[in-house]
Amino acid sequence: MTKSNLAIESRQLARSFKTKTGPVDAVKGVDFDVSDGEIVGLLGPNGAGKTTTLRMLTTLLTPSRGTATVAGADLITQSREVRRRIGYVAQIGAVPAPGTRLGEELVTQARLQGMNKAAATDRLKQLLPTLDLAGFEGRTLAEMSGGQRRRFDVALGLMHGPKLVFLDEPTTGLDPQSRANLWEHIRSLRDKNGVTIVLTTHYLDEADALADRLLVMDDGQIVADDTPEALKARVSGDVITVSVDGDLTLASKVAGEALDLRTNVVDGNKLVLTVERGDTAVPPLLRALDSAGLGLKSVQVHRPTLDDVFLTLTGRSLREDEDD
Amino acid sequence: MKILTETWVIFIRQMRQLVRNPVWVFFGLTQPILYLALFGPLLKNISGGGLGGSASYKIFVPGLLLQLAIFGAGFAGFGIIQELREGVVDRQRVTPASRLALIMGRTMSNVVTIGVQAILLTLVAIPFGLRPNWGGAFVSIAVICVLSLGMAAASYTMGLILKDEDSFAPFVQGVTLPLLLLSGVLLPMTLAPTWLRRVSQVNPLSYVVDTVRALFRGDIASATVAKGSLVTVGVAILLAWWATRRFQRNSA
Repeated sequence: MTKSNLAIESRQLARSFKTKTGPVDAVKGVDFDVSDGEIVGLLGPNGAGKTTTLRMLTTLLTPSRGTATVAGADLITQSREVRRRIGYVAQIGAVPAPGTRLGEELVTQARLQGMNKAAATDRLKQLLPTLDLAGFEGRTLAEMSGGQRRRFDVALGLMHGPKLVFLDEPTTGLDPQSRANLWEHIRSLRDKNGVTIVLTTHYLDEADALADRLLVMDDGQIVADDTPEALKARVSGDVITVSVDGDLTLASKVAGEALDLRTNVVDGNKLVLTVERGDTAVPPLLRALDSAGLGLKSVQVHRPTLDDVFLTLTGRSLREDEDD
Repeated sequence: MKILTETWVIFIRQMRQLVRNPVWVFFGLTQPILYLALFGPLLKNISGGGLGGSASYKIFVPGLLLQLAIFGAGFAGFGIIQELREGVVDRQRVTPASRLALIMGRTMSNVVTIGVQAILLTLVAIPFGLRPNWGGAFVSIAVICVLSLGMAAASYTMGLILKDEDSFAPFVQGVTLPLLLLSGVLLPMTLAPTWLRRVSQVNPLSYVVDTVRALFRGDIASATVAKGSLVTVGVAILLAWWATRRFQRNSA
């Protein structure tokens, strides 16, 4: 891969914040590349550092350390050039003020990007139908549905036709239908226009459905960088989820003695085990738990999901961190 | 030139929002008139400090103009807190547009608003008995606009620093109220005991109030006006400089 094919090159990018309880290292020096035309997902629980990473790469936050090249421009010394070349779709915001109209906002955005009024108006006409927003120019944002407003947010990031677009939690708060619809739009951006896309998400299905490659983040670091398939293959074999009436730590120890386990994690009120073959592992597991006096409440055998990947990588479940 | 276009784009966006908010238009314009109608008449019957009869309005209206500027510009930052939540600030910051334009476009919308309110207030005061020196009144409104420019810019930056209304409102109230009271906005400081007058002398706003009153009287070429205009321009430049520097640093 030659250097010119890279949309992003991040080297030891880090950011710490001062808080009342002392400095917090939100992002602890991340290295990664994104190639032209890729869709890369930053996956991790809230507080993992995804949004901080995104805000640094989009010039909204000055890195404490490290360097990056974004769309061919140096993030630190050529931040204005970076802004000219990238599109940014922020996390879903508060309901817009009553007097805000879709067309005017998009034209305002394009003009701040340096386009003249005529070019901005032409671009608006051309862009709206591709996001199912044809005829919405005069609509008040506050009166639009969540899905429509999210597509407007995407349009804001696309007015100047950037080749690299960042999306922060694009579908958070949307109903399943709107989510699937937005995924379509994001995919077609790359497929039809060759736009490189970096998005953050804490939804596994979204990461699985959209991303060519995932950067799994936890506690300010990238703990894995691979395709969704390869990540799932890391947790090869089957996953057994057990819940018992009794001490889970003991159950974990008993399971470890009875079976040849790949991973063995206590996750909340469940025990999550990975084995080569689930079907043959269950009977000896049940016998072992039984003779240890641990009453079995439920047992499940399934193929690994990205959630299991996250659990084996970090020892924590992605879901339970969502309300942090 | 580019920075002027960008400032204009932001200015127009802000003005559109303002004009489309009928509640704001109504109360923004009627509030100064309420002061005139419901408080002004009390001053007619007070004597001393240049007050008494119709002459009271040459003291009172300049005070109202200043109050308009200080509250109007002081609370300007309220709007940017909502814009922060909507994501408007971030999406403007990721454009190559000049940071100065982002803050000045907003500030200019407040300056124009306060200017219009000031003109309206002055005109409405005529039937109540105001007979100012018209040239002086005109210059006064310019002085008010210059002061508003600095204060609104500072208010926007404070809004970005504090980030929520619950701390922003008490902060602005806490800063503006003593400044207003110590400038002799409501009643002239000539009525004050010595200690209070001394304290008011370290308040830059006192000089602005004195200037506007002198201008309304017609003492245009006076030392008071010269000093007050310098203080106004100085304060405005200082606040605007601090505001844009801070704004730029927060969004480098």
